[in-house]
This record gives sequence, structure tokens and C-alpha cells, in this order.
Amino acid sequence: MNGRTEDCPRRHWESAAARKEREDLESILQIKHLTHTYGVGTPFQRSAVEDMSFDVYSGEFLGIIGHTGSGKSTLIQHLNGLLKPTSGQILLNGKDIWAEPKKIRDVRFQVGLVFQYPEYQLFEETVYKDIAFGPANMGKTGEELDHCVREAAKLVGIRDDQLFKSPFELSGGQKRRVALAGVIAMEPQVLILDEPTAGLDPAGRENLLANIRDYHRNKQRTIVLVSHSMDEIAQNVDRILVLKSAHVLMSGTPREVFARADELISAGLDVPQVTRIAMRLKEKGLPIDPAVYTVQALEQELLAARKGGAPC
Amino acid sequence: MESETTMATMIQTENLKYAYPTMEGEAQIFALQDVDLEIEQGSFVVVLGHNGSGKSTLAKTFNGVLLPAGGKVYVEGMDTADEHLLLGIRQRVGMVFQNPDNQIVANVVEEDIAFAPENLGVPSAEIRRRVDNALAAVGMSEFVRHAPHLLSGGQKQRIAIAGVIAMEPACIVLDEATAMLDPIGRQEVLSTIHRLNREKGMTVVLITHHMNEAEDADRVVVMDNGKVAMDGTPRQVFTRIEALRNTGLTVPDTVDLLDRLRKDGLDVPLDALTVEECADAIVHAVAVK
Amino acid sequence: MLKDITLGQFFPGDTVAHKLDPRTKILLVTLYIIALFCAKSVVSYGLLALTLAVCVRISRVGVRALVRGLKPVLFIILFTGLLNLFFTPGTRYLVEWGPVHISDTGLHNAIFMVLRIMLLIMGTFLMTYTTSPISLTDGLERLLNGLKRLHVPVHELAMMMSIALRFIPTLIEETDKIMSAQKARGADFESGNLMQKAKALIPILVPLFISAFRRADELAVAMECRCYHGGEGRTKLHVLQYARRDWVALFLGGAITVGVLVLRQFGL
Repeated sequence: MNGRTEDCPRRHWESAAARKEREDLESILQIKHLTHTYGVGTPFQRSAVEDMSFDVYSGEFLGIIGHTGSGKSTLIQHLNGLLKPTSGQILLNGKDIWAEPKKIRDVRFQVGLVFQYPEYQLFEETVYKDIAFGPANMGKTGEELDHCVREAAKLVGIRDDQLFKSPFELSGGQKRRVALAGVIAMEPQVLILDEPTAGLDPAGRENLLANIRDYHRNKQRTIVLVSHSMDEIAQNVDRILVLKSAHVLMSGTPREVFARADELISAGLDVPQVTRIAMRLKEKGLPIDPAVYTVQALEQELLAARKGGAPC
Repeated sequence: MESETTMATMIQTENLKYAYPTMEGEAQIFALQDVDLEIEQGSFVVVLGHNGSGKSTLAKTFNGVLLPAGGKVYVEGMDTADEHLLLGIRQRVGMVFQNPDNQIVANVVEEDIAFAPENLGVPSAEIRRRVDNALAAVGMSEFVRHAPHLLSGGQKQRIAIAGVIAMEPACIVLDEATAMLDPIGRQEVLSTIHRLNREKGMTVVLITHHMNEAEDADRVVVMDNGKVAMDGTPRQVFTRIEALRNTGLTVPDTVDLLDRLRKDGLDVPLDALTVEECADAIVHAVAVK
Repeated sequence: MLKDITLGQFFPGDTVAHKLDPRTKILLVTLYIIALFCAKSVVSYGLLALTLAVCVRISRVGVRALVRGLKPVLFIILFTGLLNLFFTPGTRYLVEWGPVHISDTGLHNAIFMVLRIMLLIMGTFLMTYTTSPISLTDGLERLLNGLKRLHVPVHELAMMMSIALRFIPTLIEETDKIMSAQKARGADFESGNLMQKAKALIPILVPLFISAFRRADELAVAMECRCYHGGEGRTKLHVLQYARRDWVALFLGGAITVGVLVLRQFGL
């Protein structure tokens, strides 16, 4: 299920549909013909999301990429019921989340959403209390609540001695982890992260992404990562969903998506630097698969090409 | 050496030390330790470093926002510690900050850009001229009477840059000004400041942790633990792979690839930084079997 | 949704009302309010209502927008009206039904009080609809300039006002974001009694306040970097200058106010 090509790069030829069948994946979230229009009936009417349909498979690591204005943030706010569709449906485990509008809060406990720069939403006196806010709203108390908080804190790398400090005494990076823990503590089935590494330096970015990968691997929950950076998405996800101007442009494994690099580039999106090198090499006549996206993979391709021999 | 360089030196630091105020009993942590740096007029310098390396602190000493705890900072020969010179220094070295919203003072773009010349007591007609010129220089002339809060991040930062240019400074320091922007916004800001550097000879000091923003710089300074760890051209700095990794930064993918290929026995140079150069170098090496 | 709250919305335009110097408009509204409080009879109120109607026509704002401005104060208007209606003693009683008394003076006062408040609010809103917040602040600053000699920090107050106005939409946007983030963690702002709803606001207010302070800090540094050093020696991009239309408007405004005062003398 891993999107990275440490080993033979050619294994990821199969399409998402074939993979789905092979691995018998279930859809945890189904988005059907979702449309959201702002300002209906006024001269400012505008569809932020138009007729989007796609599935999120249980346990996968999905990446969503698109420009500002592509509908990313409107889309993800539908997945946890913060926004209501103008038309279309969102199904969680097969059930329409708006079937019982009064119970929409329950959906938010199952689909956790972490916004950009989440550290600006901390408010409690201690880190512990802030992390406890979510599970407390779910009705958890006593030992169960304590367990949720401590586990979440451990998962994001917050030490026990930091639990009873004021969140405002911590550094920016630590505050962000507290905010992340606050959502993880609700133990949602799906965790949506909107640009979790925004503003972090390269080391901080890699650190946080490693944490998220560990969470995905250990808990086998579904993760949706929204990002601007093609490099970041490529190196972490199983599948990519590309948005453009309120629509879904394409979806597939990283290899499938980068094989259509020309379309991405004309849509104003970028491809990983490695892919651009590979494309250029292919143009210049080398027998390189232009859809590689990690340095290791390209290295392997080049060594194979030099030997003129068969791939691994 | 002194008389020659003082003419062409925009900013100079000598044994610069800075420590943030601490609580009683806490040990002092020096954010900057003995920094000796000279920024030449007209150059485009990128200061790289991980969060906490002191790069932002360094930037803030350049126009007296932070005063040295030890050592000196001179702007065109003016000492930043002299409060009588501070206003003059700030007119010569402008600064653009990270958060696009928290630099905008007015409700209307032209009013915001006029803020600095108004503070300097520039006559009304001249302010008009400067506002229009500044907007043209950043490519935002059509937004002259727009509301700034409705603009995108990249547009807001360009307005911030225009607001600084309206002072007619000799140097602009951008303190992580691209950190909160999306790739499009980042590109807008970068091409704007490169154009200003090329066409108006403005000295640019760009503080960032994005490696790729340093590709087109004249000079790259890498900060680590409050000291200057590396200083040279992009080619010189980016090819010192181990040293870069030790300072908490990453190496560009092009250099990473070339390094691995070299270790695999391929005869490729290490300093082909851009995608084109890298690809060309590889093709050349592979063809020569 | 939250974005629709704007204090005294400004509709840009090209009419005479828009082009008047903000100082003129502030002075006119002041005269208007004085006249409103001095008006006693149907004639005076009629005169002032007519003046308002003419101004509305000139500014092309639209009656619907003005009436919408009355919505927030509808409660106060009704309350005042009813208060005057039922609790003013008078000479003749029109309705006497158990404990309920409505006197002729009561009816008279109620009608005029309601009318006064409505005209007052519509007139003030007309000013804010045709004058941008920045112009208003500039106008106020120029008018109150003389107070500087009394050590009143006029420039600082004006700067505070204009910065506050500039940040209103930004803070509203931030409140929206914070609300969404807390809702995503199950925060409930709708249900519960008054105490519970008040408590539910803490996760919004605390981050908002902290953010506001942080913004203020960063903005202050940015302003100093652009050579801000107080009001001394500051010039302006747009210098307010009176034009002929301003003198005409002030003259007319003054005449109407005097007219109302004269009418009052004659018991009208």
C-alpha cells in the first residue's frame, strides 16, 4: 500500500481500479456529484466545488492537490459536515451524513479535520486540557478520557512533562503538535490534514510527515493529506486526487498521475523536481520512465539504462 | 580595504551578538554569536537556515528592530545603535515580514502604500507619484483603489513590497516573506524582487528556509546556531552536501541525484543545480560509455 | 455569513453626496441631529423628513438599504414608542381599559419619538453609506485638530480608528476560521442555556484575543520600519479641500436648522 518506490519502480503500473479489486478495499467515504455554490441567487453566485465524485478507500493515504481556488478547502469542509452540499451526497460507511442533520456533530468525531496553522486555535490553560477538548465533547470522561489524551500526546511526540504546561509556553512546532493531538485524540476513522507542514522548515517538515506516516502505519486509519507541494504528496501517499477549478482533474497512484505530467503542467500545477529531470532525460533520448518521482527510483532507472539491461 | 568597501557596502556587521531576553535564573541563549557579515550594494543575498538558526534575528538587526547585545551593525556607515540615525536607517533599509495581513495599515491599497512617504513628510503630489511608481514596479497598478484584505497572499506581499519601495530605499530585507504563501504567490514575490534587483539595482536580502529560492541568488549565507556556517555562491554552497545536511537543511534533488550517480561510478559534475543543467550533464555522461 | 456584518456599510459612488468633503458631511449630520432634537411640530418634522428624502435621492443609495439599517434598532424604536405611549400622563385620555392608559400627549410623544429616532438613524447611515471609513476618520481628524493644543491625542485616536476599521474584516474572517476549527472538534455553539452558550464562546474568544495582540505587535513593528513616529511632520496623500458644493451644502444645512429653531420659537 506504500506509494514509495524503494524497490522496483515498475510494480506500480496497475490502475487504481485494478488495485482496488486486488486488495479488496472498501470505500469509507463516498463523494457523489458534490456541488457547493456560494451566494445562490445573488450577482456573486460562484461554485467553489462542482460535480465532484470520488471515493476514499478505507485505510489508504490519499493526497489532494490543487491551487488556491481549486475548491480544496471547500471540499474538505464537506467531508466532516462543516459545510452542507448545495447538491450531491457525502456517504460515510455507506450512510449519507446529512440524513439526520441534528446528529451532524457525530460525523465530526469520525472524520477529524485539522486546519492550516492549527496552533492558532489553542485556548486552554494546559496542553492536557486542550487535547481533551475534542474527546470531552464526545462525552468521554475519567479514565477513558485520560487514556485518549495521553495516547494522542504520545503519538505526536509530546512528552509527559509538557502536558501540564500552558500551550502558549511552547514553540510554534510544538504547538502545532498539540493541535494535531487534539484531533487525533477523538480517534477519528478518517484524519484530514490541511497543509500540516505549512511554515515549517525542511527538518520540521520531514519530522511531522514521519510522525503522520507512523500514525498511518500503526493505527491503519485513513489519512487525507491536502498539500500544495507535489514533492511532499508524491513521497507520502498511496493515491493522488488532483483538483482544478472546482473539478476533479484526475486521480490515481503517483505514477499514474505523473505519467500525465504535461496535463498537470498546463493546468498550472507542478510535478516533482525529480519527475521533471526524468521527463527531460526522456526527451533527450534516454530510455527512462518519465513518471518516476523519487531520487532513488530515478537513480535505479539510470543505472539500468546505462547497463542497457533489464529492470530488476 | 576599508575605504574601498565602505562605498559599496550596504550593511556590515562586526562581532554581532544577540540574546533574547530571558526570565530570571534562566541561562542566556545567544541567537547570534560573533557574526561578521558584509552585504554589498546591488547584490541579491539569500540567508538560509533551519528554524532557530538565527536568520530571522539577523534580519531584524539590519534596520534596528533589534539592537545588538554585543558588536555593531552599520547601514551605509550608520550605526544602528544610534537612535538619532534610526529613522534615516529605516528609510534606507526597508523590511517585509512574514504575515501578509499584519503589515497592512489602511483600507485602500493606495493609502497603504502612501503610509511610508506620509511618515517621511513627503509633499502630497510627490506621494502620488511614488505610489503610482511603486505599484507599477510590483505589477499591481490596476489594484490602486482596491481593498487590500480581499487580495491573495502573494498580492498582499507585493503591496507590502510596494509600500516599502515608496520610501525609495536602497535595500529591501524580506524576513521569511514567502513562508505563508502558496507556490503561485511565492513565484510572484520572487520574480518581483529579482526584477527590482536587476532593473533598479536594489540590494535584496531574502531570509528563507526554501532551498530552491536560493538558486538564482548571487550569494548564499547559511546560518546555524547563531553563526554563519557557510557563505558562497549557490553552486559552492549546495554542493557541500554533508555540511548542508548537518545544518538541518536538505540538498536540492538535482544535487542529491548527481551525488548518488557519482558514487555509482558515473562521471557527472556535482554543481549542475537546475533541472536542465542536471539532465544535460547526465545525458552527456551516459552517452560517453 | 459572518462576513455580512459591516458597521455602516459604504457604497462607493459618484454622486454629489459622495463627493462632498467628509467634514461637510459630519457637520451637516451634527446640524441635522440638533435640528431633530429641537423640532416640535409636524411642520418641522416634515421639513426634516423632506430634507432627508432629497438627500437620499441625490445619493442614490436606495430606500431599501436605509430601511435595512433600521433593523438592528427596531427593538429600541418599538420599546421607546410603547414606553411613551402607555406611560405618559396627559390631559385627555383616548383609551382607558383597565390598567392601560393612552393619553393624547402619550400618543403625540410616541409618534414623534419614533419618528425622531428613525430619521436620526437613517440620516447617520446615509452619511456612512456615502463616505468611506477612512474619509470619515480623516474628516474627524481635521475637524478636531484644534484640540491638539489641549493635549488631546487627535492623531493617535484617528490612527487607532482607521487601523481598527481596517482589521474588522480580517478579524471576522479569523473568527470564522476559529469557529470552524472548534466545531471540527465537536464544539457546539447552538444548544444550551445562556450560561452554556457563554461558556462555549471561550474557545473562540481566547484564540481571537491572543491573535489580536500578536497582530498588533507585528503591525507596530511594521509601521516603525516604515518610519512611523507619531503625528509630527506627517503629510497626507489626499489633502481634504473644501469645494464650492461644500459651502453650498453647509449654507443650506445651516438655513434649515435655523428654520427649525425659528419655527420652534413660534411654537411650531
